[in-house]
Amino acid sequence: MKHGFFFRYCLQRVGQCLLVIFIGITITFIIPRLAPTDPVESAIATANMSGQYTHPEAVAEIRRALTELYGLEGGIFEQYFNFWKRLLKADLGPSYSSFPTPVMDLIRRSLPWTVGLLLTSAFIAWAIGNLIGGLAGYFSQRGWARTLGVFCMAIRPTPYYIMAFVILALFAYILPIFPLSGGLAIGVHFSFTWRFITSLLKHAFLPSLSLVIVSGGAWFLGMNSLVSNIVSEDYVVYAEMGGVSNRNILFRYVMRNALLPQVTGLALQLGMIFNGALITEYVFSYPGLGYLTYNAVFSGDYGLIIGIAIFSIIGVALAILIIDLAYPLFDPRIRHR
Amino acid sequence: MGILKVENLKAYYMTDVYGTKRTVRAIDGISVEIKENEIFGIAGESSCGKTTFMKVLSGAVKPPLTVVGGKVLYNFGNGSLDILSLQKDELRKIRWKSISCILQGSMSVLNPVRKIYKTFRDFVEAHQKIEKKGDFMRQMRDHLGKLGLPREVLKAYPHHLSGGMKQRVTIALATIFKPSVIIADEPTTALDVIVQRGVLQLLKEIQKEQKNTIILVTHDMAVHANIADRIAIMYAGRIVEEAKAGDILENSLHPYTQHLIDSLPMIGDKSHRVSIPGVPPNLANPPSGCRFHPRCSSVMGICREEVPPLIEVGDRHKVACFLVSKESGDGK
Amino acid sequence: MISTIKNLYEHDRRFRFAFIVIIGIIIFSSLSFFSPYDPDSSYDVPSDQSPSIKYFFGTSSRGQDIFWKMTFAIRNSLLFGISTALLSRIISILVGLTAGYKGGIGDRILMSINDSFIVIPILPLLILFNFIFQEKMSLFLLSLIMACLGWAWDARLIRSQVLSLKEREFTRTAVYSGMKSLPITLKEHLPFVMPIVFATMINNMLWSMGLEVSLAVLGLSDINTPTIGTTIYWANQHQALVAGVWWWIAAPIAISTLLFIGLYLLFASLNQYIDPRTRLLRMGG
Repeated sequence: MKHGFFFRYCLQRVGQCLLVIFIGITITFIIPRLAPTDPVESAIATANMSGQYTHPEAVAEIRRALTELYGLEGGIFEQYFNFWKRLLKADLGPSYSSFPTPVMDLIRRSLPWTVGLLLTSAFIAWAIGNLIGGLAGYFSQRGWARTLGVFCMAIRPTPYYIMAFVILALFAYILPIFPLSGGLAIGVHFSFTWRFITSLLKHAFLPSLSLVIVSGGAWFLGMNSLVSNIVSEDYVVYAEMGGVSNRNILFRYVMRNALLPQVTGLALQLGMIFNGALITEYVFSYPGLGYLTYNAVFSGDYGLIIGIAIFSIIGVALAILIIDLAYPLFDPRIRHR
Repeated sequence: MGILKVENLKAYYMTDVYGTKRTVRAIDGISVEIKENEIFGIAGESSCGKTTFMKVLSGAVKPPLTVVGGKVLYNFGNGSLDILSLQKDELRKIRWKSISCILQGSMSVLNPVRKIYKTFRDFVEAHQKIEKKGDFMRQMRDHLGKLGLPREVLKAYPHHLSGGMKQRVTIALATIFKPSVIIADEPTTALDVIVQRGVLQLLKEIQKEQKNTIILVTHDMAVHANIADRIAIMYAGRIVEEAKAGDILENSLHPYTQHLIDSLPMIGDKSHRVSIPGVPPNLANPPSGCRFHPRCSSVMGICREEVPPLIEVGDRHKVACFLVSKESGDGK
Repeated sequence: MISTIKNLYEHDRRFRFAFIVIIGIIIFSSLSFFSPYDPDSSYDVPSDQSPSIKYFFGTSSRGQDIFWKMTFAIRNSLLFGISTALLSRIISILVGLTAGYKGGIGDRILMSINDSFIVIPILPLLILFNFIFQEKMSLFLLSLIMACLGWAWDARLIRSQVLSLKEREFTRTAVYSGMKSLPITLKEHLPFVMPIVFATMINNMLWSMGLEVSLAVLGLSDINTPTIGTTIYWANQHQALVAGVWWWIAAPIAISTLLFIGLYLLFASLNQYIDPRTRLLRMGG
């Protein structure tokens, strides 16, 4: 029975992950049914209106896919059942804007860009924000800690769009150091060459900087207040009475314990950071899901928007599951029960 | 002199939150002398300043707690030093080697994400270099063995241990360097009675072996009766009576002490226990004169106006009460 | 209430800054009632004029005086934020109080659902929603759907507040004296929960107004109603930055940043004020 608790914890996290996916996808099923008109017809009408090239065959096939996903034939439960059936087959039909490419292919192509940008930025922001926030919380009387605190107070409430826009304007228009848009320079292809890597990093720098600043500021403030509470915990006071070195107390007593809620926090905030990444990609025309979303909205590609919504939910839920399953590595109370 | 001499100590909590200034006079003029190789008990109701007193004695004074006046002089055999005027690194040197503590709420004094031996290592490393890890582990196992603790606890996390076990581990941690003074604040409060007895026994044995001075703070008179050599009674930030344990228990002079003793259960005694009327005073706005006067059944006019001095009335028996000082004054 | 504001104003610099900024912005937005122009009209004034005495914030490429346009935009955004926050409070309070009070299996189920709503990425869902509604989209409809999706974080905070209240003496007294659970919840807990409800309401306004900006720049809000987001949207549509009409986009960004910082500082200082530890020191235990 030694591993019983750990096993139960994992099972519970997997269950939560499935619940997130279930609720999220159910909402994507419900939303179109709130529309005053038949969503399929209005979607096709919108697509026609947006002046895209309309091939009768394309329209027919898309209508079939959309009808299966969102058709109003049969009872609501039958519709719901069909919806899931189609989803589990991982078939969302062809994209309207780039017919006949399947929606799934478009998403698959964009996904690595978003995952790459989001994961690196989220991790860097988390690490830097927590480290500096912890130090600032511990040395809260110092001038630099207060200055940083004021700075982060101003950064924290800024919407991702505004931060991204300001950074774009500053470093791509006014001081044109970094490229305005795209994921790679034109003519550069995926390969393990110096040219490819520098181009990749150069293009990723500004979008990732804007993500890091906004979410890093939030982690800073969170860690700052956590630390200022933990320094009065009994085990910290006791270690101070025992003359344990400041360095040890800061890292192994204060920060180490403050880290636990911040790992949970990362899992809880990931959905919000994902929203930010979508917007940031749009601002920098970064070729990930965010930019794909913009194109889908712009060209009225209904199926693609549904696909992106569903994949965002599944992707975020799985990423959170990974963080949750890694949590026991940080917390011995779950690891050794 | 003894190992510790406190001279007219005053320590207040001073806070200023959104313009509301408050001064809580947690310690208001305490003088006491503690000898080597004795268990000195300090008793009193909750919020009478006991815990604050312990904080000041161990040199852990942090805002909003401020020492307003007085001295805390230790003598570890090489002249007296005032713990309140030491530099940070001087303080660090005497901590744990000369003065160690067992805190109130020992349930949470061990870092929850660190194995016990690592916590031990942090405390030891702060004062001496650990040459070989193997030697260190052997020493720790020996030390725990002497206290009757299983060696497995070293590899455990705090959440693996029961409350009593955690308290024993803390006691082991506090006695690694055989310190001259151990300050123990409510060491048995959160434990059930049977475990309490074991922990007290352990403290007693350690004291016998290491010959240290233990300053034991608890509201529980039964614990004091069990273990203390001398007892001081605190009321509202001041000491009202101090004597040998036997004298306090059988021959107490201060009305407050008498109330405390009366509330102790005795075997075979079936009389009704009367609790002390009234509530402990608010230290932000303490009563004038003798702070016990609003709750005292033998209150006199002078008690409301003047503070009774702590005077010696017998063989190292001190009391601060006008009832006593008047009688002895009249007698002379 | 007044004395609380006075207290905070005198002793918390963050609050003072936030208070002045927010009052300033409220005055600014209420100037919209005296605007010489209709909120929807365009080509009232010469286009592309840079900021001057006559046109404080310049004029747009659509011939609108940006100063007066912004008074409407800020007013609408604020109203949008407040209505979303108020609507979502209904769900948060209901879920938070029920979960916190009931405890046990009911609490576990509610919190699982609650946590799901916290982590689901909401932007793609809102994009889908707005895409489906298109022209029928209105700010109120958007605030309704955002309230349905954005209550969870605050419900969690309210629940934890109730849990800590439950531990206190007076609830137990109320239970022993035979009060029913609903009256206990309403009578005993709500007054203590209200401060945190108010603080989270400000935080929720920040969230919803920020998301409205995100949706609007994609053209997925009610783009014909001036808000902070739609002002930026129209500026982008006219390539304001490339065309050198920078003031068109600088005005909404500057004012909204000020507003967001003001609201956040208000939230932070209130949060500290209602923190039980601070409260203990304030009242004097």
